Amino acid sequence: MGPVDTRFWLVQIFNGISYGALLFLVGSGLSLIFGVMRIINLSHGAFFLLGGYVALSVIWTSGSWALAIPLAALVIAVLGLVMERVFLRPLGSDPLRQVLLTVGFAFLFQQAALDIWGGDNLDIMPPASLTQSVVIGGLYLPGYRIFMIGIAAVIGVILWLVMEKTRLGAAIRATVDDAPMARGVGINTSRISMFIFALGAFLAALGGVIGGAFLGIYPGLDFQILPIAFAVVIIGGMGSLGGAAMGAIVVGLADNFGKALFPEISYFTLYAPMALILAVRPTGLFGRE
Amino acid sequence: MTSKSPRRTGLMLTGGFLAFAVSPTMTTGAAAQELIVGFIAPMTGPFAQVGKDMVNGFEMYAGQVKGDFAGAKIKFILEDDQARPPTAVLKAEKLIRQDKVHLVVGGVLASEGYALAPISTREKVVYIPSVPASDDLTQRDAAKYPYVVRTGWSSSQPTHPFGEWACEQGYKRIVAIAADYAFGYESVGGFQKTFEECGGKIIQKIWPPLNAIDFGPYIPTIKQDADAIFTLMVGPMSLQFPKQLAAAGNKKPVIGGGTSYDEFTLPSMGAEVIGHVSALQYSAALDTPKNAAFVKAYRAKYGKVPSYFSETNYTTAQMIHEVMKQTRGKWPGADEFVKLLASVKVDAVRGPVSLDDMRNPVQNIYIKKVEKKKMFGYDKEELWNTVIKTYPNVSQFWKYDKETFLSQPVYSRDFPPCKFCE
Amino acid sequence: MSSRSKSIVVIGVLLAVGLIAPHTNAFGVLLITRAMVLAVLAMSLDLLLGFTGLPSLGQAAYLGIGAYLTAILATKYSFGLGWSFWLVVVLGTSIGAATAAIFGLLAIRATGVYFLMITLALGQCVWGLAYRWNSVTGGDNGINLPGRPEFGIRLADDVTYFYVVFCFFVASLAMLYVLVQSPFGRSLEGIREREVRMRILGYNTWLHKYIAFIIAGAFGGLAGVLWAHANGHVSPEDLVLTTSVDALLMVVLGGSGTLMGGAIGAGVVVFLREYLSTLVPWWQYALGGVYILVILYLPGGLMSIPVRIRQWRTGGRLPMRKPLRWRRI
Repeated sequence: MGPVDTRFWLVQIFNGISYGALLFLVGSGLSLIFGVMRIINLSHGAFFLLGGYVALSVIWTSGSWALAIPLAALVIAVLGLVMERVFLRPLGSDPLRQVLLTVGFAFLFQQAALDIWGGDNLDIMPPASLTQSVVIGGLYLPGYRIFMIGIAAVIGVILWLVMEKTRLGAAIRATVDDAPMARGVGINTSRISMFIFALGAFLAALGGVIGGAFLGIYPGLDFQILPIAFAVVIIGGMGSLGGAAMGAIVVGLADNFGKALFPEISYFTLYAPMALILAVRPTGLFGRE
Repeated sequence: MTSKSPRRTGLMLTGGFLAFAVSPTMTTGAAAQELIVGFIAPMTGPFAQVGKDMVNGFEMYAGQVKGDFAGAKIKFILEDDQARPPTAVLKAEKLIRQDKVHLVVGGVLASEGYALAPISTREKVVYIPSVPASDDLTQRDAAKYPYVVRTGWSSSQPTHPFGEWACEQGYKRIVAIAADYAFGYESVGGFQKTFEECGGKIIQKIWPPLNAIDFGPYIPTIKQDADAIFTLMVGPMSLQFPKQLAAAGNKKPVIGGGTSYDEFTLPSMGAEVIGHVSALQYSAALDTPKNAAFVKAYRAKYGKVPSYFSETNYTTAQMIHEVMKQTRGKWPGADEFVKLLASVKVDAVRGPVSLDDMRNPVQNIYIKKVEKKKMFGYDKEELWNTVIKTYPNVSQFWKYDKETFLSQPVYSRDFPPCKFCE
Repeated sequence: MSSRSKSIVVIGVLLAVGLIAPHTNAFGVLLITRAMVLAVLAMSLDLLLGFTGLPSLGQAAYLGIGAYLTAILATKYSFGLGWSFWLVVVLGTSIGAATAAIFGLLAIRATGVYFLMITLALGQCVWGLAYRWNSVTGGDNGINLPGRPEFGIRLADDVTYFYVVFCFFVASLAMLYVLVQSPFGRSLEGIREREVRMRILGYNTWLHKYIAFIIAGAFGGLAGVLWAHANGHVSPEDLVLTTSVDALLMVVLGGSGTLMGGAIGAGVVVFLREYLSTLVPWWQYALGGVYILVILYLPGGLMSIPVRIRQWRTGGRLPMRKPLRWRRI
């Protein structure tokens, strides 16, 4: 066990929150998709991974990292849009089949990624300015982690503003609360579903690009990140944006501290609380049903 | 009246079965002068880059002799195991039973070595772990695996001399951070044993899980009063750990096991690893004519500098060739092949290699330091593992008496015990 | 399709498997043995998904527990390598049931997607333990089994082991068949269709679901014992999320709610993954594509092909069994 002094705690908290920032990007999309469409998108991990791969291609061709971020996210958003319209929509009345369909797509995406980008372990290099560390009171805070927290915060605020302050947001919230009622009031729920699915894909892909410098990009990452995204959604509550933020921070911190303090059972410390929370509150801590 | 459909289903299913059963891809046996080699390597997944290096190394040698191993035509069958033991086991079974290979070569992780070795005994097929370094395969479990001949190395083989080297540098207190699996334990164990015997102390051991890429939880726990950090990283961990360590403000010297800075990932690394020292039986910067030729030929063909994964498989192919020269191209059967391979001595790219009586290589161990410079006439400055010291003729038992060594338990998480851990 | 002709097909396929399979080459026998073990796992999932309407993404946990128990008994205690093998079978099945009994207390309260999530979480807990509890499970090294049991017959011989697994497979199929045809099984289907109505009728639906969950766990444990000996090696990789997803794939592909569908699905997936993959590089597209097509156009799975053909030929509308009901509270 290392020196458990204030510096240790502060750094660990910082690390946990920065990891949580990444998880918020991945988890918020999953949570919203569930809230609106009542399905678990099992190809969410694939969106994350594909986001990273597309970003790499953009970087290879244009040399611009800054451009890769929005471009990759948009490309995957379009992919999500097409998937929703063509394949998920026809099964609209049968959420279970929709979920199973996302599984099939997850496998297809995995194979496609392998064929297009190969099996190597890749890495996104952020611009040098972000790899410096900021030193505050003897604490080294890696610049990239600060960036992650920043991006997640910005995205979080934008999402919150849209949800709370726009008509679209109101429509989305109405659909999450009670879809048949929303339809009754004239809200086009199928259009909302399409938008949310694309948004979820966008956020996941964004997470993949940002995470690419942090975790690397390689085949298998899709199914590795998926259960962790689930943990975020479950702990935070399905369908709730604020819940996703809370869940992300909780998972980020729990995972970090679990690994630092109890390395033997580090995965257990993540999933056991998840199971217990679900047992007590099946909709998650902040979930709406 | 019962329709024909159920019967038809039954027929379709049975027909499918028969087709599967008698399909022509099921080979029945090998041609007399063919040497069928089954190669197991990860072509997908986090270790795909390693797998590619492995295959390239083997194929480069085969290409240089035009596939002709002293009269036997080599047939190379590659199977992707994704560096997962259960997949490796299944692929090995497929290679042995369906393709009727003479030799199974490869595997990457120590855990794979442990999973594949029993198959060689069960099926009586030669298994050559060219990469898996699990100590006990050729130590305490060697008797269980009479068909295993290792051409690579054992985990603790390079770290034994490295511990002594660390004492010579004046390090007294070292923190070890290594991947939490057998290879990590054995590498650290070897280092700890010799380092503590010459007066050093391992004051902390940290074990991030094998696929950890976020070292955030671990780096802050590193004790501040250490003289140096010993790291053992594999695969994607090797790339991420030094970056995160540097970003966390580390100023201590970093030394490591061979895979931490091996050339499979060195090209993707940056200034953060300059000055890091590691120990292995190979470095691409080895300044010998044989290695220079190897590096240049490999780089020209595959576009990157060879890693030890490439070299060990290249040398494996070379050693197999030496055996076939003695049998004049005829497959001598598994038992005889094992005997012949175990007595082979080659002047390999990495230096002289022979096998000890437990069928593990005896070879040079190089202490190498990452430097940015030009080598072999290339006109760009790049990162190379410059050799700063050579320990010749190192066996898996270092300077210890074999029987004494074998009587101690295998290096594990708790052995040698962390006497000085605070 | 009348149940008599259905039985004829099933028996026919079983006979085909039993008689032809051992005469394929050595690797084929291995694959078919594995497929049958996975079929038992798939059938256990079908009991939950197809018959009770509970989509579980955690069945791999029971396979893992049964497999690890077998491996630990065989290595640390040298138990289960003779006639004691049968005792290990009982133990493996029991530990699967016991684990399900504990997990069920947490899981059965949930339905639909929440059930999916909680079984996923529980499955991941077991995986996490297998991966990190080094002293017991050997961590990611896994455990090598010393060899298959021998009691008069040598299970080390692959054809012999094939027959042993075959017997377990047929027995499991038969037992589950009897179960789903029984009043209990019918109640499960009732719960799948309309749980509220069942409750109004006075059924203790929670208890029904709980028992089904335990039975599924028991068969999962049994599959685990067979799996450990089929491979000779147990590793945390056997328990990863993708194994549970595979089981789901198999049930859906073959046809949920048909029991045999899970077995057929297992055969198809193993065939595509292990055999086709050696022939062509696009096998994963084939698997994903077939799966998606089945979901979109063939909700009853491959087992419903004959019915569909008949429907298409007669041009009429045959009453289709409503597939895959998603349970809402």
